[in-house]
Amino acid sequence: MERYIYEKAIDVQSVSKQYGKIQALEDVSFSVAEGSMFGLIGPDGAGKSTLYRILTTIVAPDGGRATVAGLDIVKDYRKIRAEIGYMPDRFSLYPDLTVNENLHFFASLFGVSVKDNYDLIAPFFDQLVKFPNRRAGALSGGMKQKLALGCALIHRPKILLLDEPTTGVDAVSRSEFWDMLAVLKDKGMTILVSTSYMDEAKRCDRIALINGGRILDMDTPERLVAGMGDNLYNASARDMYPLLLALRDMHEVQDCYTFGATLHVVAGADFNPEEISVRLNRMGFDDVEIYPAKGDIEDLFIKLAGNG
Amino acid sequence: MDNGFAISVRNLVKGFGGFTAVDNISFDVRRGEIFGFLGANGAGKTTAMRMLCGLSCPTSGSGTVAGYDIARQAEEIKRHIGYMSQKFSLYGDLTVSENLTLFSTVYGMSDKDIRLKSDMIFKTLEMEEMKNCLVKDIPVGWKQKLAFSAATMHAPDVVFLDEPTGGVDPVTRRKFWELIYQASSQGITIFVTTHYLDEAEYCNRISIMVDGRIKALDSPENLKKEYASGTMDEVFRIVAKDAKRGD
Repeated sequence: MERYIYEKAIDVQSVSKQYGKIQALEDVSFSVAEGSMFGLIGPDGAGKSTLYRILTTIVAPDGGRATVAGLDIVKDYRKIRAEIGYMPDRFSLYPDLTVNENLHFFASLFGVSVKDNYDLIAPFFDQLVKFPNRRAGALSGGMKQKLALGCALIHRPKILLLDEPTTGVDAVSRSEFWDMLAVLKDKGMTILVSTSYMDEAKRCDRIALINGGRILDMDTPERLVAGMGDNLYNASARDMYPLLLALRDMHEVQDCYTFGATLHVVAGADFNPEEISVRLNRMGFDDVEIYPAKGDIEDLFIKLAGNG
Repeated sequence: MDNGFAISVRNLVKGFGGFTAVDNISFDVRRGEIFGFLGANGAGKTTAMRMLCGLSCPTSGSGTVAGYDIARQAEEIKRHIGYMSQKFSLYGDLTVSENLTLFSTVYGMSDKDIRLKSDMIFKTLEMEEMKNCLVKDIPVGWKQKLAFSAATMHAPDVVFLDEPTGGVDPVTRRKFWELIYQASSQGITIFVTTHYLDEAEYCNRISIMVDGRIKALDSPENLKKEYASGTMDEVFRIVAKDAKRGD
């Protein structure tokens, strides 16, 4: 069923934050529609965690304004805290408390009972229920992550704020984690999630690419990469590293970088794939292949970060 | 002892109490090879790597790293390898140049060699203006290049890279891999772990560990054929999906 959502669950207007000489955030603006999933895509040090600290009312911005669940982050900071669930980038539960104790502790902070809200976390928490008395510090990485998510959700917040929930997590567990988020979104939860994995971007409704404290670009993942493939080619040969160096030296090549099994070539004017193949063959490269590539978020990030 | 391999292990096992973290693994890594050591969280990668670096003694099995026995010549191994991880590699409160001096002194290099090598690193990395900056104040891309240089300035036979690119932006990640290519072309053997599966494609061969064992080991090309997959991402999902540990 299609839902038409207009209300802004999160609204950030020209927010800036400076720590000493470091400009952590510079004139950042974006909004997140209620019930949608918004991704902040960028590397460590991009300013993502600072933004989370501002939205969770832990620090105040130097400039700009923001609302979360319609509440002002400065004036209404106390009220906001009941409306949000926050999973910081570092494991921040009590390692000496058990699974059960952590969950009940967080529920009691918000004056709710675990029983009343358990249905929300049941889909991913049932595995953990087998170890109610294990200390949180003794859980595996994947289990810790599930417990942290459970504790962030147990008071049934309207908005879930996740800061790099999948850093250091293997590909299979990462994909399971995003499946859990999809279930929560289907239940109407608004989710703001940050990641340094570009492949996770396509699972968001909208994303902002962020680097050096600034938003580089923002839209749906599909719209952002539309047109990226216009001058993008795959290139491969038997010896990939020499091929990379050779292509970079050619005046028709704007940029060339590794991209998994192939190289991606950003073509400049006069780029002719057949002619380049012939030239590479003459230079001694074997098994040369050059063919059009579809651009993705990572290509866009490289383009934007490279120009900035 | 020289068997032509930079790393060679047979039936390596490490148990902690009743738990077998590494369960009978055997493999060889050729000199100058870029070897990707993949696996799900909790598969036993870190435990295996600690044994290879001479930091932990195997419960059973045998192996050599840079020609030295992992059970009996741990100190020799430490002298002939380099190690870098994304989590910790440099001291933030020391300057760029102090970090290089510290690492090379630990490896027993002479003052003259340290000076020569440091100057060369500053020149090739174009870091001359930064050499008196505190490491915590320099951008992440530079920090990484510097950490890699610190781990390789004593010309080790093998360098171990433990998730060297975690959380790093796509541009910096790629620049880092070019350093790896360069080192490998100079004959240094690279043993690298990563969660970025596009990076698995850059390795000559990779192994995938699941629940303490090596479930797959071959070149990316052959693995993709074997598992009828288009990408290493798909291969990894197929091989690692039945992992019992980690979650």
